[in-house]
Amino acid sequence: MYNFDFEQPGSVEDAVAALKEEDALALSGGQTLIPSMKQRLNAPSKLVSLTGIEALKGVCQNGDTLSVGAATTHATVAADGGAYAALAALAGGIGDPAVRNRGTLGGSLANNDPAACYPSAVLASGATVVTNAREIAADDFFDGMFATALDEGEIITSVNFPIPEKASYQKFEQPASRFALTGVFVAKYADGVRVAVTGASEEGVMRWAEAEAALSADFSPEAVDGLTVAADGLISDLHGTPEYRANLIKVLTKRAVAAA
Amino acid sequence: MTEVKMTVNGRAVSGDAEGRTLLSTFLRETLGMTGTHVGCDTSQCGACVVHVNGNAVKSCTMFAHEAAGAEVATIEGQAAPDGTLNKIQQAFQDYHGLQCGFCTPGMVMSAAALLKENPQPTEAEVRDYLEGNICRCTGYHNIVRAIMAASGQEVPAVAAE
Amino acid sequence: MPKDQGIGASSKRREDVRFLTGTGNYTDDINLVNQTYAHFLRSDVAHGTINSIDASAAEAMEGVVKVFTAKDFEGVGGIPCGWQVTDREGNPMQEPKHPILAEGKVRHVGDPIAVVIAESPELARDAAEAVEVDITELPAVIDMKAACAEGATKVHDDLTSNLCYDWGFVEENRDAVDQAIKNAAHVTTLELTNNRLVANPMEPRVAVGDYNRANDEHTLYTTSQNPHVIRLLMGAFVLGIPEHKLRVVAPDVGGGFGTKIFHYAEEAFVTFAAKALNRPVKWTCSRSEAFISDAHGRDHVTKIELALDADNKFTAIRTETYANMGAYLSTFAPSVPTWLHGTLMAGNYTTPLIYVNVKAVFTNTVPVDAYRGAGRPEATFQLERVVDKAARELGMDPAELRRLNFIKPDQFPYETPVAVAYDTGNYDATLDKALELTDYAGFDTRAAESKANGKMRGFGIAHYIEACGIAPSNLVGQLGARAGLYESATVRVNATGSIAVMTGSHSHGQGHETTFAQVVADMIGIDESQVDIVHGDTSKTPMGMGTYGSRSIAVGGSAMVRAAEKVINKAKKIAAHLMEAADADIELKDGQFSVAGTDKSVAWGDVCLAAYVPHNYPLEEIEPGLEETAFYDPANFTYPSGAYFCEVEVDPGTGKIDILGFTAADDFGNVINPMIVEGQVHGGLAQGLGQAMLENCVYDDNGQLLSGSYMDYAMPRAHDLPNFTVDHSCQTPCTHNPLGVKGCGEAGAIGSPPALVNAVIDALHRGGYPVEHIDMPLSPSRVWNAMQSVK
Repeated sequence: MYNFDFEQPGSVEDAVAALKEEDALALSGGQTLIPSMKQRLNAPSKLVSLTGIEALKGVCQNGDTLSVGAATTHATVAADGGAYAALAALAGGIGDPAVRNRGTLGGSLANNDPAACYPSAVLASGATVVTNAREIAADDFFDGMFATALDEGEIITSVNFPIPEKASYQKFEQPASRFALTGVFVAKYADGVRVAVTGASEEGVMRWAEAEAALSADFSPEAVDGLTVAADGLISDLHGTPEYRANLIKVLTKRAVAAA
Repeated sequence: MTEVKMTVNGRAVSGDAEGRTLLSTFLRETLGMTGTHVGCDTSQCGACVVHVNGNAVKSCTMFAHEAAGAEVATIEGQAAPDGTLNKIQQAFQDYHGLQCGFCTPGMVMSAAALLKENPQPTEAEVRDYLEGNICRCTGYHNIVRAIMAASGQEVPAVAAE
Repeated sequence: MPKDQGIGASSKRREDVRFLTGTGNYTDDINLVNQTYAHFLRSDVAHGTINSIDASAAEAMEGVVKVFTAKDFEGVGGIPCGWQVTDREGNPMQEPKHPILAEGKVRHVGDPIAVVIAESPELARDAAEAVEVDITELPAVIDMKAACAEGATKVHDDLTSNLCYDWGFVEENRDAVDQAIKNAAHVTTLELTNNRLVANPMEPRVAVGDYNRANDEHTLYTTSQNPHVIRLLMGAFVLGIPEHKLRVVAPDVGGGFGTKIFHYAEEAFVTFAAKALNRPVKWTCSRSEAFISDAHGRDHVTKIELALDADNKFTAIRTETYANMGAYLSTFAPSVPTWLHGTLMAGNYTTPLIYVNVKAVFTNTVPVDAYRGAGRPEATFQLERVVDKAARELGMDPAELRRLNFIKPDQFPYETPVAVAYDTGNYDATLDKALELTDYAGFDTRAAESKANGKMRGFGIAHYIEACGIAPSNLVGQLGARAGLYESATVRVNATGSIAVMTGSHSHGQGHETTFAQVVADMIGIDESQVDIVHGDTSKTPMGMGTYGSRSIAVGGSAMVRAAEKVINKAKKIAAHLMEAADADIELKDGQFSVAGTDKSVAWGDVCLAAYVPHNYPLEEIEPGLEETAFYDPANFTYPSGAYFCEVEVDPGTGKIDILGFTAADDFGNVINPMIVEGQVHGGLAQGLGQAMLENCVYDDNGQLLSGSYMDYAMPRAHDLPNFTVDHSCQTPCTHNPLGVKGCGEAGAIGSPPALVNAVIDALHRGGYPVEHIDMPLSPSRVWNAMQSVK
């Protein structure tokens, strides 16, 4: 990979200041960034490690909200996120144990890989992404493949997840990468059901409005029987056609409802 | 290049590292500890797994500078000082849990992390835990048996006949 | 009672201790003083004309030692091909030059263009980006049939077409086969692809070149399965270095699976460059680079027709296969789809007439060569798939159709219509054993349970045969091999009776250091710990051909037995002298020489000491010392066989397959170390099931590799695979080697793909989806798509 300067600030303020340098990049768990740097797809002048900032770490429950620090590892969310069991289960299924000990929530969201797991939880939960500068609603955060509402140098500090009545994440793994070939997160709240789909759309994580409406009326697997998912705009790759992914969205949604 | 200090297998070590120097490179090239292997460049194969502050990580997907001040454990530190294999290493030999040996350091380190978290895993739990460790030789059959045996569970002897 | 020592004992592996403690010595662990690092700049287009290469900016960069291009290799030979196949007309195959670095054209993504040598690997890679290469991209030929079409772009301008050879076997049978198919009561036809694979040993390739100017000696450390073969090919055909000035060392090697047999350009490069620079040169392949530079495997497109008579006996088989060679001929590439494939088309059956046609094709892809099984998996897959399809069409139990057509135990030795003669076997026995180990009768109950859970359960059978223990040199010579395929061993007895065996076989996971020692210790009756095995260094072992084709114990082990026999015979003469008895009366048992019918005896160690301290010694009859070498050339291939049963569950919602059980009943002849044999089968099964379910090497139409890393090339993980039930109790010992062994390394990879595919097809039929075939890998999406196609 290209060489760079390494910096590990101890506070969000210092990190923000360090990221003002041109071509500086934030480094969280690095589980996606480092492999892409090995391929020389990134050429940062400086990497600003966020994992030394204690304020960005940890899981805590405030009433109906689970707040997760951005630099909290997947392993920690899996272990400590029991108040939101579906979220903890999702975190415990990302990558593999060694990846989960390094990868973080904030890193995953900022990268917004179209096949990542976490974006579906954030979107289905209607979570709030908190940054050093502002709060961003989940519906406004994701902006297509590998794109988010984050400004240059803006750092996610935490994410506030409203804890649903019922929820489940169903991940169908791409057999090589073990990312989601398609994953569906279903969350039932008092005011309705939200369904978010990852891995399937060329636009990245998305909501499935028809299923949300049907499940808000009747939270049962059969409620989505009559729905069809259009294959248009779904990803076509070695591992699945758009039609196959459309099928998975429906099948996994039903399974998520059954498991919730 | 700046100096990085850490503890590896209980020994204080230091060496110069660039920003881009991976922990695996630091161990292998700077410290000459070639027991940790590198089998891929996409963070999938797990041959490079070591423990950092008690947690299993892929040392090829972590910078040396990120391990500054950390306690690192590698395959070289697993046996007793007199060379006696630890129970996981011994079970890998007893149950033929390795062939070419290349993935073995990562397998042993992952197995150690698993048994710390879950001292009596089921077979399915062992298989799931090894998701990030690829072996091309054994078909995993005997690796799984070795880890089960290392956890003190009853496992039939090899090649029963 | 299981033995605890010697032949038949599951001795623990002595090599494990170093691998378990991080003290192995793999090639990348070797670092030489004053070492430089090589980075290969490789083509990112599949086909193109190199207009210019300007390395001046790169060479000016700090830490860069030199940039090499093809012009530095003028007068140096190309990478040779070790096997020449002759086509249907009797003409030799088309054989293009394979330069070390691309000359004028690049022919696949990954074709090396230039090499930067620098003081660190990162500096070399940094500088590679500064090498300016101007390439005019040309249309790429990727699809084999398109490559054979009139007017197709040629991969090599100096060849007449992209057809390497058009091979017919047995050409004299062609008309009779056509006639038999025309007259058959039933013909089952199947078109299929044997998917392209990447071997992916966990250790990527590494090569370190060293040169000593003072004595003009070259040393190459390399990740090879056969260091002597590399020395011969590289020394004699590429670089012109005489053997006594070239040492090749293959230290601990982290798996091979075929892909480390071949002589690669990088090996010749570092050897050449080390002399040119008078400094050691190291190259370490990354995994991403391995995908575009290691020889790939398989990649056949086949049509097979099976003719049956009214009694359901097989009467003829006709196949047509397109076999991908890639852009250049790798070391043994031409032999794989021909002599390692066509000769196996009889399988376990008495089919009297067989005709195999193979068209080997050049394409703008990485060269394709042997991968675990090499040709035999391709033969077995099509045969066992078509037999299964025939059973379904005829409404027969697939096990019974196989049994009806098996070669029976009393028919051995059996001459097949495809040139090979099976010495021994018992196919009913392995089928019966697999049936016994699998609750076949209870399947319907289990299937009903699956159905109740919304799943479809299926059961698949395959029976395989392979020809391994390669090979008789005189036979392979007739077939086009440019090398002999014997093996060597030196048994060196030390003065105190301990032994070092120098073998030409090479262990890269197979455990030879343990099993070979078991054999020699058993022959003499001493403790295994008294025997050490030395391998992997041309300066230490006699000329040997290395390890592949499940040949180590059958050929290398036999050489070792012959050498040990010579040692024992000489030792008996010494013992006879010491005990003042006749040579013929001396017996060796448990490390003691005794005189038959007396109580006189002398220990092994005392005889050895006498050989080296010959104070009381028959010097007029025999020389002092106790060291013997043998070269063993087998009389025939060996023919392991077995029955493989697979039980699966398919999720109709997603198409995902779960392997619920896998049973392998193999006949490997005699077994030296059951634990290691079972481990070999497990590993082979994982690779075969990986091929069947997960792995696929895919190019797009422009020749870009779509599956170029573990992000897209699906390696089998622990939770993809079941616990295996393996058995090797059916043993028909090989009749022509001294140990009666057949070899076990490839069996699992050969028999398992058709067993899994047959099981999935069975599940789909039972579930109401009459799918006839799905090409491997049976990924969830492919299975689901196939289900939709018949809905």
